[in-house]
Amino acid sequence: MIDFLNQHGSELIIKTWEQIYISGFSIILGVIFAVPLGILLTRFPKTAKYVMSFTSMLQTIPSLALLALMIPIFGIGKLPSIVALFIYSLLPILRNTYIGMSKVNHNLIDAAKGMGMTTMQSILHVEIPMAMPIIMSGVRLSTVYVISWSTLASYIGAGGLGDFIFNGLNLYDPSLIIGGTIPVTILAILADYLLGKFEKKITPVTKSSEV
Amino acid sequence: MATAKEIVSFRDVAKIYHGRAVAVSDVNITVKEGEFVCFIGTSGSGKTTTMRMINRMIEPSKGSIIFKGKNIRKYDPVKLRRTIGYVIQNNGLMPHMTIKDNITLVPKLLKWPQEKMDKKATELIKLAELPESYLDRYPAELSGGQQQRIGVVRALAADQDIILMDEPFGALDPITRDNLQDLVKHLQETLGKTIVFVTHDMDEALKLATHIVIMDSGKVIQDDTPDNILQHPANDFVKNLLGEERLLQAQQNTLSVGDIMSKNPARITLGKSLSEAIWEMSTKHVDSLLVTDDNNKLKGYIDLETINEHYSKDSSVSDIYANNLIKVKKTSFLRDTSERILKQGYKYVPVVDNDNTLIGIVTRASLVNVVYDAIWGKEELENPEDANLPASITKGSENA
Repeated sequence: MIDFLNQHGSELIIKTWEQIYISGFSIILGVIFAVPLGILLTRFPKTAKYVMSFTSMLQTIPSLALLALMIPIFGIGKLPSIVALFIYSLLPILRNTYIGMSKVNHNLIDAAKGMGMTTMQSILHVEIPMAMPIIMSGVRLSTVYVISWSTLASYIGAGGLGDFIFNGLNLYDPSLIIGGTIPVTILAILADYLLGKFEKKITPVTKSSEV
Repeated sequence: MATAKEIVSFRDVAKIYHGRAVAVSDVNITVKEGEFVCFIGTSGSGKTTTMRMINRMIEPSKGSIIFKGKNIRKYDPVKLRRTIGYVIQNNGLMPHMTIKDNITLVPKLLKWPQEKMDKKATELIKLAELPESYLDRYPAELSGGQQQRIGVVRALAADQDIILMDEPFGALDPITRDNLQDLVKHLQETLGKTIVFVTHDMDEALKLATHIVIMDSGKVIQDDTPDNILQHPANDFVKNLLGEERLLQAQQNTLSVGDIMSKNPARITLGKSLSEAIWEMSTKHVDSLLVTDDNNKLKGYIDLETINEHYSKDSSVSDIYANNLIKVKKTSFLRDTSERILKQGYKYVPVVDNDNTLIGIVTRASLVNVVYDAIWGKEELENPEDANLPASITKGSENA
């Protein structure tokens, strides 16, 4: 263990950073894209069905194949991996946003509108806060997936902790495989934990602290 | 009320959903300032649809709605809604906002200064009869009734002068509902707000409304005051909605003096002598007489005691009759008259028409008849034994 850290310590830090960078970028892109799309889709339920099935279809493409498919379009490196992982992150976020938004108590939306909120005010101040727990659980799910899948990204030259694992496979060196896997797992658990904290913070309170 | 300004008026309004049945048609309703209007009907009668057209939650397909002298289509729907209070069945309080934020939701949209909003919140929580400490709580920490109290006062936060309420108390238990009805009625009366209230509960409508609009299958069946609806239900649907019992009760409530008075009360004209008055009393078996002039206009009364005192000195009725007489008009409601008779201890009240012509009298006995009708029902009168009893009391105690 200490040997491993002595030998690969600095490399481990760089690779972990790459892993965070790739998966973080994909998730942020996914949120930026999928949350507004999910909200938009609640206004067009008919279109929503088609968009949902399309994103589900994207999800069924084997991850390795999707990464490989990116090469002719974007070449190799970080960009194609980010694009591929972004596509994977879409479905859970999109679906949860859509479900969360459409499950908001209709009475509240009616009251918000009836009292004179614009559609935008109603979305920002009523619907999103109400849907937040469901949206966030989609984001957490996507994050865990994307962090673990981004190890595959090293296959198309994106770097990251996947490099350790692939090197280990090539050199028949289990310590490299384990040395790559454990940080990925820790990273995923940590990300989930932090997002859970974040979720609690942005989920609106419905009870005062002292009751 | 007759001079009050129109605040909302529907002109030939219809709502037809695309490819579906007509939701509402031929609606012509006028709501005046300060009125408490109830839209009542079964589900699917179009009452909620009609109400929601006022704040453009639903756009009419045909016709026009005039709000404060201007077609509602000319208003920006968002701004329009901020001037109209809105209360819905399940209170519509935002669970993620404190009571204070909920109350000041519309003021916040209108960008009031914080200070003014704080003041308003304190003022309204008092109106809702809840402690000020509740302002910092969340809706989930309040009972259903308390939540709806907030729902009601929230509709007043931006000084809206008209409030729409869509079956606001439908989900509450009877006691809480009763309290909230009192609160709403109180607010409407003291603050002079106009309220448009949708309900399917006739008791609620009769308790609260000053103006009831009865709807069925998208059409207005009757549009009148509660009293007029009770007295003259437009058709069988309205009768059914009101129910047999209420109609019977209402009849007693809205019975006019003219309906129950005895005609031909014992009377005497001014010019007659006192001995003639005594003769009249003894033949009619009464101890006082109503005094009229030759044109049958009511002047006052004269009783045996007075005659007794003055018999030796004066000779004419006109010299000694008393004119401090309580009288009622033929058209006034019995419920008001009976109170006078029973509570203030009058034995009888003469009934006059608009020119003060004496046309009848209401005695305690006439009231007893009404009570009999109420207890035993009208049909009992067909039974001669029961019918005779009140009738004989009437006769025997005329003017007594």
